[in-house]
Amino acid sequence: MIRLLAFGIVKDFFHGSALDIELPKNPTVDILKKELNSLYPEMQKLASYMIAVNNNYASDGDIIYPGDEIAIIPPVSGG
Amino acid sequence: MTDVQLSSEPLDISSCIEKATDPTCGGMNVFIGTIRNKTQNRKVIRLEYESYIPMAIKEMHKIADDIFQKWDVKNIVIHHRTGILKTGDTAVVIVVSAPHREAAFEACRYAIDTLKQTVPIWKKEVFEDGEVWVSAHA
Repeated sequence: MIRLLAFGIVKDFFHGSALDIELPKNPTVDILKKELNSLYPEMQKLASYMIAVNNNYASDGDIIYPGDEIAIIPPVSGG
Repeated sequence: MTDVQLSSEPLDISSCIEKATDPTCGGMNVFIGTIRNKTQNRKVIRLEYESYIPMAIKEMHKIADDIFQKWDVKNIVIHHRTGILKTGDTAVVIVVSAPHREAAFEACRYAIDTLKQTVPIWKKEVFEDGEVWVSAHA
């Protein structure tokens, strides 16, 4: 079980600020994104989105370990 | 000196300027981002800002670190609001002070442009007849 933190429009998709999903052990970011895209097809309609692991933008090949803090980052719009 | 903050309270522009004031600097550039009353001719009622706070602070520090690498700059202050803002409210204040003005101008512009691309802050525009998460969709 992996806990995903949601922000902005993704909170609307998840109907809350966090979501727990089941994934294979130590998945890559890419595996997480594929699972997310299939569970929430709205994700694919976003201009883009990123995954943050422990407060850093992650690449598709990065591995998610138990205890990592995972956040879904839809297009940012500060300023 | 770097000072980055996210605040749910109104931003204090004078205090941001004071923090960046430095006797070794001959120029200080201030950018103030404010809430516009219209987006594509739709009247904006309010904006709701939220942030992934620990990562946003980290990303703002990265911007400052990059600036110190690229320009001869002495002080960088970046304060950003969260919460509900109305037309005319200040959403962000960036102050950069440097020995010479060119660096202050360029670094200040880099700071706001990069902030808009990398810092995990989101705003929802609320209109009379609907609402939209800004930039979410292409």
